[in-house]
Parts: sequence; structure tokens; C-alpha cells
Amino acid sequence: MSVASQSAVVFRDITLAYEGHPAVHHLSGSLACGSLTAIVGPNGAGKSTLLKGIVGLMRPAQGAIERASLGRGGIAYLPQHAEIERRFPISVIDTVLLGHWREIGWARPATRELRDAAHGALAAVGLDGFERRPIETLSAGQFQRVLFARLMVQDAELILLDEPFGAVDWRTSEDLLRLIESWHCERRTIAAVLHDLDQVRAYFPDTLLIARECVAWGATREVLMPDNLRRARQMSEAWSAAAGDCRRVPA
Amino acid sequence: MVTLYDATLGPFAEFGFMRRALVGCFALALGSGPIGTILVIRRMSLMGDALSHAVLPGAALGFILAGLSVPAMSLGGVAAGLAVALLSGLVTRLTPLREDANFAAFYLISLALGVFLVSTHGSNVDLLHLLFGAILAVDDMALILIGAIATVSLFLLAVIYRPLVVECFDPSFLRAVGGRGGLVHTLFLALVVLNLVAGFQALGTLMAVGLMMLPAAAARFWVRELWSLSATSTALALASSFLGLLISFHLDVPSGPAIVLVAGLGYLASVAFGPRDSLRALYLRRGHLEA
Repeated sequence: MSVASQSAVVFRDITLAYEGHPAVHHLSGSLACGSLTAIVGPNGAGKSTLLKGIVGLMRPAQGAIERASLGRGGIAYLPQHAEIERRFPISVIDTVLLGHWREIGWARPATRELRDAAHGALAAVGLDGFERRPIETLSAGQFQRVLFARLMVQDAELILLDEPFGAVDWRTSEDLLRLIESWHCERRTIAAVLHDLDQVRAYFPDTLLIARECVAWGATREVLMPDNLRRARQMSEAWSAAAGDCRRVPA
Repeated sequence: MVTLYDATLGPFAEFGFMRRALVGCFALALGSGPIGTILVIRRMSLMGDALSHAVLPGAALGFILAGLSVPAMSLGGVAAGLAVALLSGLVTRLTPLREDANFAAFYLISLALGVFLVSTHGSNVDLLHLLFGAILAVDDMALILIGAIATVSLFLLAVIYRPLVVECFDPSFLRAVGGRGGLVHTLFLALVVLNLVAGFQALGTLMAVGLMMLPAAAARFWVRELWSLSATSTALALASSFLGLLISFHLDVPSGPAIVLVAGLGYLASVAFGPRDSLRALYLRRGHLEA
């Protein structure tokens, strides 16, 4: 299939559900290799759920998610509320080195080369000299930079970010957005859940506007039209405890 | 006239049972230090407590079938502890009920079963023995068992150290990179059970967790890194054992509670006077740096 070979991820009429209630409903489409896509929509629109489906943390109730075979690196995923124990006694550099998990695994040593990559990533996120600091001493913005450094080190072809700028200031998000841009230039496939539409317009060529169902998907300029945004707001509020079975026929 | 030697080293030089007790505690401290530290960091302190009670019916069953036999009671204890750990893990995985609630449910069942067994088949003295241990009666068999468990624990900890650290620190990351977090968690719980079984030979099922948790909680007020927390808590456990055994010897009181009480005093002193985050450090005004 020639189309699929240029796609990093293909959704074939997928429905992702919690206890039967769909959070993502009959979504079809694909993330092209090397694309930079913003996923936008109101709260409860299924944005985070969609990322979990791609990572494989959730199985579709219907349909299939196909991922192009990923080389070394695989998927790098930054969840929205990472269950990170912020008071854990671990240093910044050790946190970043974990990005090399595929190379180091349970017991292999972090070689000179891997350490250099980690130091380079820390410098790239603007945390030069923070190597030995315990993570509990970092601010929220600094810690988010550390997580971005770990993402860099993972060297993944597919990068999924769930509201990466939720708790950081303007300057940090600008720095990190420029980093995302540089990953885009390296032809990595990136999808990010975002709420700030100005950021989306400024940095993301493609946008998926979702409100449980796909509202619009394509070039950002065309997707973020007032009409679409209004429709997204209306569609997100239909939840019924007594909803009947969905009998929609796959397109 | 009591000399310092008589008060401190004399009892160990003179009596074989004191030496065995001390060596047993030394081996216990080696495994308990790092394991207790990780339990504290994972906010699982009370799960150690739950598991220590869970061990009882197995030990009691071993006692009923084979009398006061170290292998039988240990095997039973390990089996009961693992059963509780695995069953609560299983229910946690299959249902939305959280791990702590499941642990509480299974350990209560297990504890009640244990007390039931002992009360129908044994005398009260046996129950006291199981609950409070008899470190002064630690024999060669028990010593070998404790040593073997300490060895296995340190070795296995070395093998699972990295994934265990990541599982404590950032479990969703470990899941995303496919690091087998569930397996590591289960292996760690098995280590906790093994060390509690080693501990109950000496301190009894009720007190076994004391030498694991109190030094680990106290260490938090002295140092910060994982390795130094483990080392400090091992050192504190050693010191508590040494002093506790001496108190038990001189005052003729049971050794288990004596050792755990000394560890408890160490904890209280650390809360009050430790160099990091202790009450003294928090409430005494000090100068601050320029930047």
C-alpha cells in the first residue's frame, strides 16, 4: 500500500472507549511521516485518549491503529500528568540518561557516547550545568526542560506530546517549541496536544480538530476556522449514561 | 564494678547465642536497608507491615505440621506472603480497586487465618513465639537461612536495580519503553516477603518489619541519594541490633521489642535532630546563600 508506506500512523475507523462510552469515535486518517500535527479540541474531546491509543496503552474497541515499523528509538511519549515522583532522589543527568533505555535496558552501562548525547541534550534545552542537581530542586519549567532532554535522547522517529506546556511560562514554551521545530526539520513525526491556538498557528503546519469525532483535519489555517471551532464546542457535550449501541457502518 | 567491656563486648565474647544473634541481625540489616529505603520512597511503608502480618498463617501451618522447624515455618511463611502479594497484585490489575485496599483485604484474611490456626492447634506460648520471635534461640539452621536470604536479596536487587528505580520514579515512562515494570514490582514484593521471613526467625512476625522500616524512615533525615539512604539505614539497623541485644541481655527483656524500640528511638532522634529536613533544620533560623 503506497499511501500507508508514507504514513507513520494510520487510523482505520477507530473507536477508543471507556466502559463502552466512546472517547474517540470512528476516527479515520493518518499521520504522514515527518509531519508536525497539533491535536486540538475542547476538554474531554479524546485528545489524550488518542495518544494513548497510538502508544498502545489503550486498545481500540473497534477499528485498528497501524504504525509503520519504527526503527531504533521507536515512540517517545510525554504524558500529560506523568505519574512522576518529583521527590525521588535522582539527578538531572540520570533522568536524561534514561532516555537511552533501548540501549542500556536493565543492566548495560551508559557509555561515554551515550553520556555525551545526554549532556548535549541538556545543553540544547538550556540546562547546561544542571547535571548533578537532584530533580526535586527544579522548578516546573526546568523539570519540563529535563523531560524534553530525555525525549531528545530517546531519538525517536515518532514523538507524542500531551499538553507539554500546561504548567510552564511563556519563555520556556517558546524555547521548547523551537526545539520541536528542530525535530520537525530532522524529519521526525510529531503530534502534540495543545490548547493555545496562537502557538498552533505559529508552529504547526497540520492540525487535527477533534471533539470525540474528527471535526476537521488538514492544514492548520483551514482547520482552525471559526465554523469548525464552534462545531467542536457543541459536539463535545453529548454524553449519555443510557446511550444505545453504536451501529454505524464503517466507511 | 562493671567495666565498659563487660557492658558492651563481653556478652558477645562470652555467649555463643549472643554472637549468633548479632550475626543474624547483621545479615538482616544488609538486606533490610535497601529494601526498606525503597519501600519508604515508594510510599509503601504500610505494605511492608501488611506483608509481615500476611506471613503468619503460613508460618503457623509449618509449625503445626512440623513443630518448631525453621525450614517448614519459613517455607510456609514465604508461601503465605507471596500468595497475599500476588493475589492483591492480581486483583489490582483486574479491577479498579487500588493496591493498598487489596493489600489490606488480603493481609487481614491472612492474619485472621493465622491466628485461627494457632489458637486451634497450639498453646499461647507458641503464638507469642511466632509473634515476637526468639532471637536468643536463633540456631545454625536459622542463621544459614537468614544469610542465604540476605545474599539472594542483594544479588537480585543488583539485577533489578535500574528498572526498579525507574518504576518508582516514573512508572509511565517504563511502561512506554516496555521495561517490564510489573515483573520488577512483583520481584521486589517477593524480596520484601523473603526478608520479612528472615526477620521473623529473629524478631517474630509482628516485629520483623521494624528493623526494615524504622532505620529507612530515619535515614531520610540524614542523607538524600538512594545509595546513601540504603547504606545509612543498614548502619542504623546494625547499631539498633547491637544496642537492642545488649539491653535485652542486661535487663532480661525479649530481644525483638528491645531492638525495634532502639530503632524507634533512632527514628525519633533523627526526626528531631537530623541534618536534613528535621524539626531542628526546619525551625531553627539559619543564614542563606546569595543565590
